[in-house]
Amino acid sequence: MLEKMIFGRYVPGNSFVHRLDPRSKLLFIFLFIIAVFLANNTMTYGLLLAFTLLVIFISRIRLYFLFNGLKPILFLIVFTLLMHFLFTKEGAVLLDLKIFKIYEEGVRQGIFISIRFLVLVLMTTVLTLTTSPISITDGMETLLNPLKRVKLPVHELALMMSIALRFIPTLMDETDKILKAQLARGSDLTSGTIKERIRAVVPLLVPLFVSAFKRAEDLAIAMEVRGYRGGEGRTRYRQLNWQGRDTLVIIIFIVLVAALFWLRGGS
Amino acid sequence: MDISLQQVGYSYAKGTPFEKRALFEVNASIESGSYTAVIGHTGSGKSTLLLHLNGLLKPTEGVVRIGNVSITADTKAKELKEIRRNVGIVFQFPEHQLFEETVEKDIMFGPMNFGVPAEEARQRAHELIKLLGLPEDVAQKSPFDLSGGQMRRVAIAGVLAFKPSILILDEPTAGLDPRGRKEIMELFNKLHKEEGLTTILVTHSMEDAAMYADQVLVMHEGRSVIVGTPEEVFADAERLKSFRLGLPRSVAFQRDFEKLIGRPLGRLALTEGQLASSIAAALKEEGER
Repeated sequence: MLEKMIFGRYVPGNSFVHRLDPRSKLLFIFLFIIAVFLANNTMTYGLLLAFTLLVIFISRIRLYFLFNGLKPILFLIVFTLLMHFLFTKEGAVLLDLKIFKIYEEGVRQGIFISIRFLVLVLMTTVLTLTTSPISITDGMETLLNPLKRVKLPVHELALMMSIALRFIPTLMDETDKILKAQLARGSDLTSGTIKERIRAVVPLLVPLFVSAFKRAEDLAIAMEVRGYRGGEGRTRYRQLNWQGRDTLVIIIFIVLVAALFWLRGGS
Repeated sequence: MDISLQQVGYSYAKGTPFEKRALFEVNASIESGSYTAVIGHTGSGKSTLLLHLNGLLKPTEGVVRIGNVSITADTKAKELKEIRRNVGIVFQFPEHQLFEETVEKDIMFGPMNFGVPAEEARQRAHELIKLLGLPEDVAQKSPFDLSGGQMRRVAIAGVLAFKPSILILDEPTAGLDPRGRKEIMELFNKLHKEEGLTTILVTHSMEDAAMYADQVLVMHEGRSVIVGTPEEVFADAERLKSFRLGLPRSVAFQRDFEKLIGRPLGRLALTEGQLASSIAAALKEEGER
């Protein structure tokens, strides 16, 4: 039932994007998220959107699959769009519908913010779709390594993240199973008043929490039994390997930012 | 209620890169009041099949008929709730569905959802606690304070509480000790006979299939490959082997014994009792000669 959710899921592949080093991808996405806020006019937003679509094309993820999986988020985007249409009151009136007026600035702002949101969601989804969770955390850990000097528990954080990522599908499966069991007992999540629907979530959440705690305990024991004692002096099985294409990605980013600055309207 | 499956096919995550075909052209008919065992090795589609029997999954192809209701790919969610009232499923490890503060409330959850008044639901809960051999004082305890075996029984009570006329059991005794296993299987058998339930048991235990079922459905790689009485199904060891299934212990013993004495023992011994009596008969014959 939850099988359509693609958020945080990894689809193995062999495209240019798939083969990149996780460090270059993470670095790129992190900087890209900041760079998105440089856009302030049609040209820059258009550039960002075109760039994102190009990345999706190169990663060979089917567009239909991507949008189908992001449907719940698309709903949110449409919602922001409408809010802007209705509540921003600047610029010329585009449409006068008696009850309310739609202003030029509202449409512009709405579309820009939607694009910003869409681009951010698409790019991060491409990251998680093309990078296995393990590579993501490996990449994170190496990127954050310098922060060890300021006593940031980098290894522990990375471990926590990899465990969390590792258990997303497990918890999803579990939710699906419990959902089916409660549906079979006549629980109804799709009809009734909002209050009834919220109450109908309790039979899902309680068993899920119980099993998550049990799982955490089992995992802790299993790790200790196998001699886990933290990150100190721990070697790696998977070595990260920075290659020419990773440097290329960073160069592409610099070019993108330069283009954004160049196309950006005056402040 | 009769159940019939016609050319039922199902794919998980249809239309995504994860699409996976789980069922192909499954045909079966299950008569009202019968006891059907579904066997097959891991990944044969047993569990997917049983989710179709109360509309938790809708077939992507073909028709599932339950009583007078047909479920196809286009059936609306509303009609499905009506089906679920009549079909109870005891899932694998059903204790994972417990959530209420007290055992009594958890058992009442199902019947209350289906519109049974609270007082009647409470009464049923107490009857079931007794029927399942749980101590009386368990009603006001938290289900999470019970032992694994007791939790299993409470969860089973939660399904029986809304009095389904079709009962689907997905390996209901997995992980229980031998005695608990026997008790629970006997209880289901007793309910099957006394309440006239239509029972469908998904199991890895050939012994349970041979002992309780009057029809056996063999699944292999998403297809229904054999449907027949236990005698028919377990008579052909070679064929079962090709589906990665074995024989019930009593039948396997019978085959070995026949090889040693060099002649068949007569009818297939589906239980240890039957096996004992056919061996006794053979010995007596031997003595008379």
